[in-house]
Amino acid sequence: MREVPRTITETAQRLRSRELSAVELADAFLAAAEADPFNAWLHLAPEHAREQAKAADARLRAGDAPLLTGVPWACKDIIGTKGIVTTAASKILAGYIPAYDATVVTRLNERGAVMLGKTNLDEFAMGSSNENSAFGAVRNPWDPARVPGGSSGGSAAAVAAGQAVFGLGTDTGGSIRQPGALSGVVGMKPTYGRVPRYGVVAFASSLDQVGPLTSSVEDAAIVCEAIFGIDPHDATTIDRPIDVRRDLDAGVKGLRLGVPKEYFSPAGVEPGVTKAIRAAIAQFEKLGASIVDVSLPSTDKGLAVYYIVQPSEASANLARYDGVRYGLRVAGRDLVDTYRKTRGAGFGPEVKRRLILGTYALSAGYYDAYYVKAQKVRTIIKREFDAVFETVDALVTPTSPTVAFPIGAKMNDPLQMYLNDVFTLPANIAGLPGVSVPCGLSEGLPVGLQIIANSYQERMLFRVAAAFEHATEHHQLHPMKAAAA
Amino acid sequence: MPAIDRSRVEHVAGLARIALTDDELDRFTGQLQVVLGAIEQLKDVDTSAVPPSASVLPLEDVMREDEPRPSLPVEVVLAQAPDREGDLFRVQASLEERPDA
Repeated sequence: MREVPRTITETAQRLRSRELSAVELADAFLAAAEADPFNAWLHLAPEHAREQAKAADARLRAGDAPLLTGVPWACKDIIGTKGIVTTAASKILAGYIPAYDATVVTRLNERGAVMLGKTNLDEFAMGSSNENSAFGAVRNPWDPARVPGGSSGGSAAAVAAGQAVFGLGTDTGGSIRQPGALSGVVGMKPTYGRVPRYGVVAFASSLDQVGPLTSSVEDAAIVCEAIFGIDPHDATTIDRPIDVRRDLDAGVKGLRLGVPKEYFSPAGVEPGVTKAIRAAIAQFEKLGASIVDVSLPSTDKGLAVYYIVQPSEASANLARYDGVRYGLRVAGRDLVDTYRKTRGAGFGPEVKRRLILGTYALSAGYYDAYYVKAQKVRTIIKREFDAVFETVDALVTPTSPTVAFPIGAKMNDPLQMYLNDVFTLPANIAGLPGVSVPCGLSEGLPVGLQIIANSYQERMLFRVAAAFEHATEHHQLHPMKAAAA
Repeated sequence: MPAIDRSRVEHVAGLARIALTDDELDRFTGQLQVVLGAIEQLKDVDTSAVPPSASVLPLEDVMREDEPRPSLPVEVVLAQAPDREGDLFRVQASLEERPDA
């Protein structure tokens, strides 16, 4: 086999031309994943993958194969897979085997995609560097001394390193877009309610959304097409069918793109990042879009809202890990002591910090001052986005204030770590779709351009992202190519 | 609002049923003070005329037919149990037995 394909579209074409079979493809990707030097994977599922690949080949021969048939993919280990270990990168779930598939997995299975295995993440998706995994940090394929971003760092690194054609991640405050930016791949978070969360380990339920990590914008749209849609098992899914790929070639001529000034405040944004984003904005202008200066005045309140709402919801969701029905149990002198010891031993430091923070914000005497207050400011942030989208079609911003940082650099300073998500979490607070696309390098490391659209406007989101990708070559860069150059 | 202190962190960790070491208590107290310090800025936002948002979805009271469906088999559900007795999850007694009962 010549070089393995990097995109879904290329894979689909080569499978259909019979240049390669799904089984050959699965074997090649499994070999790459087995030799992975970045700790991107927690468990590989070679037998499962080969079985799926055989079925995919039969389907391709029969000629009724959807686009994703035979395409090898990486599943973030917070998404439940029947019969295959799912740990959320936590010791409290070490060895846990789900009894059923998450709806997103069922939908990809139905289309004949080939799941290679489960990827590393920050424990329970709590983090933006992938250093909070109980099973070791993930390394960035662009520079192994640096983080890949997080929490979907394993899926991002696997796609960046060519160990999977696409990956699934989850995004609660930026956990798909930020690792997409830091690892130089496309990372997309759908509108809240688009993708069923049934079978996905719950973190912060009013914010969590599943989405793709890919090597092209069109690929991200193809994955969305497969996983979008109402699910009777998830009452928060919405019934608004959409042809996500329709406007990929429509261009941005005549569109109004908003540049919110609060996302360019000098404090904390690296000059190399600002430079790459300004160049991207100039590119949009060249393509015929109008650039509109806008303001989202409460952007700087986002972090505070997020660090009340998210830990509060997490403290309720993670109450289920009590050592009674599944997972780790550490016996104490009585039942309550067993809970305490089990959770003390099973959760890592970041999870404990957030559960304490959330429990504190919800406790008697503090509930109104913290939780209700944050919910009110959440309304304000949402209204500011609503107002801006009356005048623009989409927003363009940096995805992350910095490029990938060295492993260990922020581990003792939670607030500094939290600031990585300052440009991504507003979209979660407001439920909006967002995508990060590669827009060049700063000091040899990838910079991500974030595009945010109004609720349910994924078609606009992909239209703007695809126009940028078609006009530039940033997405064709990958770490192996950069190393060879 | 008073800054969170070590004894409050210990109390809240108890409510969250998380055993902490002395070292964790010291470290988390300092870190949570910094994080809560950053959260304090919400006090300055005027929210007197703003309703809270629990969710951004335009949905309420999602209903479905109440149709009986097969459940997971008992053996599958109990397969992951740390301890069991027959078809039950086995745990310690949550209340002490009274000798005079």
